[in-house]
Amino acid sequence: MTEKESKKKSVFESAIPPFEAVGVVCAQSIGEPGTQMTMRTFHFAGVAEHVPTGLPRLIEIVDAKKEPKKPIIDMYLKKAYAKDQDAAEKVARDLSAVFVSDVARVEDDLASLSIDIIFSEKDAKAQGVTFNMVKKALEEFSPDLKIADNVITLKPAKAVKETKTPKKPKAKKEGDAAATVAEPTATKEKKITAKYVRKLSQKVRDAIVKGIDGIFRAVVIKGEGEYFIRAAGFNVTGAILNEAIDPDRVYTNNLKEIERVYGIEAARKAIIKEINDVMDLQKLSVDIRHIMLIADAMTTCGQIKPIGRHGLSGEKVGVLGRAAFEETIKHLINASAFGEEEKLIGVTENIIVGQTVPVGTGKIKLVMKNKKHK
Amino acid sequence: MVKKSRRKMMNEKTQVFLNGRFIGAHTDGANLVKRLRERRRMNELSNQVNVYYNNRLNELHILTDKGRVRRPYIVVEDGKSRMTSEVAARLKNNEINWNHLVKMGIIEYLDAQEEENCLIAFKEAQITKDHTHMDVDSSNLFGVVAGALPYPEHNSSPRITMACAMTKQSLGIYSTNFFQRYDTRTYIMSYPQEPLVQTSLYKALKLREKSAGQNCVVALTSYHGYNMADAIIVNRSAIDRGLERVTMFKTYETEERMYPGGQKDKIELPTPEVVGYRGDESYKHLAEDGIVLPESEVDSKDVLVGKTSPPRFLEEISVFGTVEEKKRESSLSLKSGEKGKVDSVLITEGPSGNRMVKVRIRSSKVPEVGDKLASRHGQKGVIGLLVPQENMPFSKSGITPDLVVNPHAIPSRMTAGHLLETLGGKAGSLGGIIANATAFSGDTEEQFQKTLKAAGFEETGEEILYDGITGKQIKSKIFMGVVYYQRLHHLVSNKMHVRSRGPVQLLTHQPTEGRAREGGLRFGEMERDCLIGYGASMLIKERLLEESDKTVQLVCTNCGSIATHDYARNKDICPICDSENVEPVEMSYAFKLLLDEIKSLYIFPRIILREKG
Repeated sequence: MTEKESKKKSVFESAIPPFEAVGVVCAQSIGEPGTQMTMRTFHFAGVAEHVPTGLPRLIEIVDAKKEPKKPIIDMYLKKAYAKDQDAAEKVARDLSAVFVSDVARVEDDLASLSIDIIFSEKDAKAQGVTFNMVKKALEEFSPDLKIADNVITLKPAKAVKETKTPKKPKAKKEGDAAATVAEPTATKEKKITAKYVRKLSQKVRDAIVKGIDGIFRAVVIKGEGEYFIRAAGFNVTGAILNEAIDPDRVYTNNLKEIERVYGIEAARKAIIKEINDVMDLQKLSVDIRHIMLIADAMTTCGQIKPIGRHGLSGEKVGVLGRAAFEETIKHLINASAFGEEEKLIGVTENIIVGQTVPVGTGKIKLVMKNKKHK
Repeated sequence: MVKKSRRKMMNEKTQVFLNGRFIGAHTDGANLVKRLRERRRMNELSNQVNVYYNNRLNELHILTDKGRVRRPYIVVEDGKSRMTSEVAARLKNNEINWNHLVKMGIIEYLDAQEEENCLIAFKEAQITKDHTHMDVDSSNLFGVVAGALPYPEHNSSPRITMACAMTKQSLGIYSTNFFQRYDTRTYIMSYPQEPLVQTSLYKALKLREKSAGQNCVVALTSYHGYNMADAIIVNRSAIDRGLERVTMFKTYETEERMYPGGQKDKIELPTPEVVGYRGDESYKHLAEDGIVLPESEVDSKDVLVGKTSPPRFLEEISVFGTVEEKKRESSLSLKSGEKGKVDSVLITEGPSGNRMVKVRIRSSKVPEVGDKLASRHGQKGVIGLLVPQENMPFSKSGITPDLVVNPHAIPSRMTAGHLLETLGGKAGSLGGIIANATAFSGDTEEQFQKTLKAAGFEETGEEILYDGITGKQIKSKIFMGVVYYQRLHHLVSNKMHVRSRGPVQLLTHQPTEGRAREGGLRFGEMERDCLIGYGASMLIKERLLEESDKTVQLVCTNCGSIATHDYARNKDICPICDSENVEPVEMSYAFKLLLDEIKSLYIFPRIILREKG
């Protein structure tokens, strides 16, 4: 046997035979090790401290949650920065969002309806923030700032505040076409109350002095031959604007963000990687092809689709199949309302009815060659 | 905050609480505790009072309420036990008893709180000048069940736990008045023995009067692979002589119930006119009063108490205008798969004052393959093979073991106590003594070895055995001794169950569930998934349809509803559209039921038929 032949043979042998129930085998291959996973939870120190691993994380991936519990971004740097720890540290510092509350104490003075911001030199220095930067951030709220030593007193702007935004035209309602004219933007003088001051002081605390909103606690980590930055947060778009960061080498565990920024193919790969990482961490070995099947199924429609009621299982063709899974009555009623026809394509449907299942031996048919028929 | 201010107010005085309620303050709490305890020991305070001083919070708690768990200890003072040899001698001579010891302040009961202030020595040799108490006996740290186990200090703790759980399942004599009792299901061992290896607690609890087990000669070796994985080989001849034999007593009861309208059940011999008459054969054991005769041999489904009930509906009035007495049969019969002898019959009055009959069935349960045995070391096993005595290995003096246990059961479980008991039991039976296996103070291996040597046996407990089948000497020496084995109440005869054909449920036409209903074993969702994964489509159909609830229903090709066969006209007809274009369709009954239930949701499901191909 030549090398070519043997390779051909091995490819042929590793191909899946027709009508093999790959989905069930995939579910079992991931589900069975999953049962062992629950009990063993490992703990790590560092940024990735409270990142869910194991079963909770697996559920998170498969359910395609909007935000993972603890989103993390790994950002690799462009060549000029990658080898230099100091440069990398600087980039990290530039990226991390610093809030007013990180560098100052914010106290609301309800008697005089103003907010005192007590600037802390020590904290600011550690964060690389100057007094002026804080002041600038505060100007967003009100121009009325009184500075005494390291205390800035902010008096809420009495002036105009937009209260009414143009109402969106109510579409679809017939005859209302005339009423869709936008109301003019009305401005009204805002009365300053104690309640308002309290609300505002919270906003002041959360105001960003420096860095990118949505990138927190960035740290430099020594990777293989280079430094990279790991941060908590979700703002990938914001992060790649930094010139030091190589936009082609940014990774986050936030699958929805990957899909948004890098596209569905990247998301598919990320799903595979994330599931694989969860398994590897617990030293469970699942064949990559099972995971790939899941990732494919979740992404074929061009969007990350969860597995379950609102995703894959909820979109089965057969009424009986859906009714057998969850929300039986809902599916039956809807099917009757729309006069749906059950084509008996799926596995569950055929089991309910009492027919052979269209997988494996149940799908094989004999076709006779008939000379007369040609 | 409250605590702090109060503490300030109290000027750092000790706060005194009675049963958790604040009652006052004292300048020197530590001293007060000491004095309270002294007075208790001098019998000036009730011995049920416990005092606890919290040094950190400077709080003193006096506890007198009910429901505290308390435990007796010997009082230790200045590094000396109050239980002196003098007192011990008086105790031995029966001059004084336990109550005297409590009164004398030698023994005192501590609760969980006061224990916090105490340093309790485990044994006398351990006492230092800091100790305040000493355990009455070092084996006291075990409870009632574990305390009766031999040599627990030589076993691994999980095995002790298991042994405790298993002794509770052992069959023996549960109560000495068992003949007078009508318990639902009980077992009585035929020839119970007291163990040759006992603990002091076993004696103290007088468990020898209610023993549950027998001393068996146990060889630790393999036997043709029939004792792999915790199986036990049992000497059939020993079983024939009554080894581990128990009798099961089961009580069946029935009552003459009253019905609204003044009607009543009647315990009598049913006549063939009764609706549901089971045939003469079923009533053959009954006397004229409709109740079985004691000592009659009854088989499954035989009637024990004949009973008739009034009809369920009252409308059957005959042509002649008289109400015809059509009674229903509602006799009490033996459950399927059971048989035995009628032990005794009790006619009495039920809780609501009705006539009630209780029938106690007795059946002998001889050990058989599949029954469960266990030693007192968490070493349980199932009988794997019954071997006639002539095929059992034998020693030069002709001793054959009753049980052959696999040696693989020992090392990984670390039940050295089992081996010690083997040795102790052997020494006990040779020396005519009962070995003491109390935790931490039992007889030692050396003592047993001495006895064995004196009796002419090897002191290791090993023996040269000969193969019972070939007669050849077995190459290695085999450890053999006497171990107390218990029969546990998991008997195969009460559990074994098979079904090929059998009853089905009325609603779904699927097989019933459970042994009592002769049911099938569920082929569940996950099992189904496995067959799907394997692609065994035909097998799924067989399991879920052919072997379950297959029906052939007529389906109307016109409107798609389920049609019926009209016997009057001998025609298949659709009751909805009167069409005669009806085809038989094979389906699961559960599906037919589903269609019916969907109809109840006001949805009309139609079956569209297509040519197969």
